[in-house]
Amino acid sequence: MVQDLGYLKESPSQTAGPYVHIGCTPNFAGITGVYDTDLGTVMVNDRTLGERITVRGRVIDGAGAPLKDALVEIWQADAAGLYNSPSELRGTADPNFTGWGRCPTSADDGIFTFETIKPGRAPYKDGRRMAPHITFWIVARGINIGLHTRMYFADEAEANAEDPLLARIEHRHRVATLVAPREGSVYTFDIHLQGDKETVFLDI
Amino acid sequence: MSDFSNQKPETGAFFQRDRAWHAPALTPGYKTSVLRSPQKALLSLDGTISEITGPVFGHSILGELDNDLIHNFAKPGESAIGERIIVHGRVLDERGQPVRGALLEFWQANAGGRYRHKKETYLAPLDPNFGGCGRAITGEDGSYRFRTVKPGPYPWPNGVNDWRPAHIHFSIFGHGFAQRLITQMYFEGDPMIWKCPIVTTIPDRNAIEQLIAPLDWANTIPMDARAYKFDIVLRGRRSTLFENRMEGN
Repeated sequence: MVQDLGYLKESPSQTAGPYVHIGCTPNFAGITGVYDTDLGTVMVNDRTLGERITVRGRVIDGAGAPLKDALVEIWQADAAGLYNSPSELRGTADPNFTGWGRCPTSADDGIFTFETIKPGRAPYKDGRRMAPHITFWIVARGINIGLHTRMYFADEAEANAEDPLLARIEHRHRVATLVAPREGSVYTFDIHLQGDKETVFLDI
Repeated sequence: MSDFSNQKPETGAFFQRDRAWHAPALTPGYKTSVLRSPQKALLSLDGTISEITGPVFGHSILGELDNDLIHNFAKPGESAIGERIIVHGRVLDERGQPVRGALLEFWQANAGGRYRHKKETYLAPLDPNFGGCGRAITGEDGSYRFRTVKPGPYPWPNGVNDWRPAHIHFSIFGHGFAQRLITQMYFEGDPMIWKCPIVTTIPDRNAIEQLIAPLDWANTIPMDARAYKFDIVLRGRRSTLFENRMEGN
């Protein structure tokens, strides 16, 4: 016999279901008067540092249809590459930037939209710099455990070329699934759950 | 957003997720998963600062009735219809340590099994005094509590005659984005738990039982409300004592 490590098991995930909006974005679901606003709808204010951008996209199922009942959350560094989190010990992030956004996909066309800023570069564990990126987390009816992925920026080709996570992708044509093209100030990031264009999802 | 400046925050990467403990992505008995499940292998990576960090929410976001679903949507002087219950417990990590300052959001059907949602089609009536959402932030010991009515079971279009057991949905933020979790709580003694195609996406019976809240007689308030205890476990994290420091640290 040896000592028991005594670790607990993580609570198993269950689908967010079709009514995730009631709990996470009740005002969007028409349940008004309980919370003033839905959390995560505003990430920036007038004083937020950095380049203003719009990130827009869809979550597309294996039949090519956009999910109209998904919930998308993003988490990102500020313009200097710092996270607005107590676990960020490298410095103090921009107090005018939350770094976290939440958006339900539209019931009409399945589009999600975030008004945010372009993040700076943050370090990988070994000190190499990661390319600017936004962490995505997607939940919906039919998704048993939330899906993690990342969005990178098409106009950061040089940084992307030296990014440690992108370098780990064995099938190089799949790197493109994580890189959002830019048009004006809008980046479009479509997330494909299945098929030839299936997004690289992360176990991280 | 707030911090807890009296204790140094932890910065270790999170324990690898035990994917065999969770439901796989593809679970054909739950039909919607068929076209919504990634088919390629996930890219596995030790957490970086992007996942080790995460948003933290201060108590200032909370309203007085946020953890009282019996009253937070009700007209003044009225209350939601149903069996009055208190749900309470602790948010821990896999090391057994309390996760303080964790935001929990919960949502549920009313006592008749009907959600207040425009896509909901079940013929059970809405309760004009029940919205179905609430939230709480854990204390220093990881504890939370809220008051609600026990949700009803309801039928759903999957198989011809599939029903969801009574359940409450939970969304939980830990301290790092890698801990982000959505799950559901079930009630002790409900025979419908084992018939549900969503519950049984989870392959391990012990894992399912981790989601079943026991009746907590000791915390039941006489002549008022029964209590159910539901502890939630988030991923643990490594100590950083012997790990290489990131550049700039």
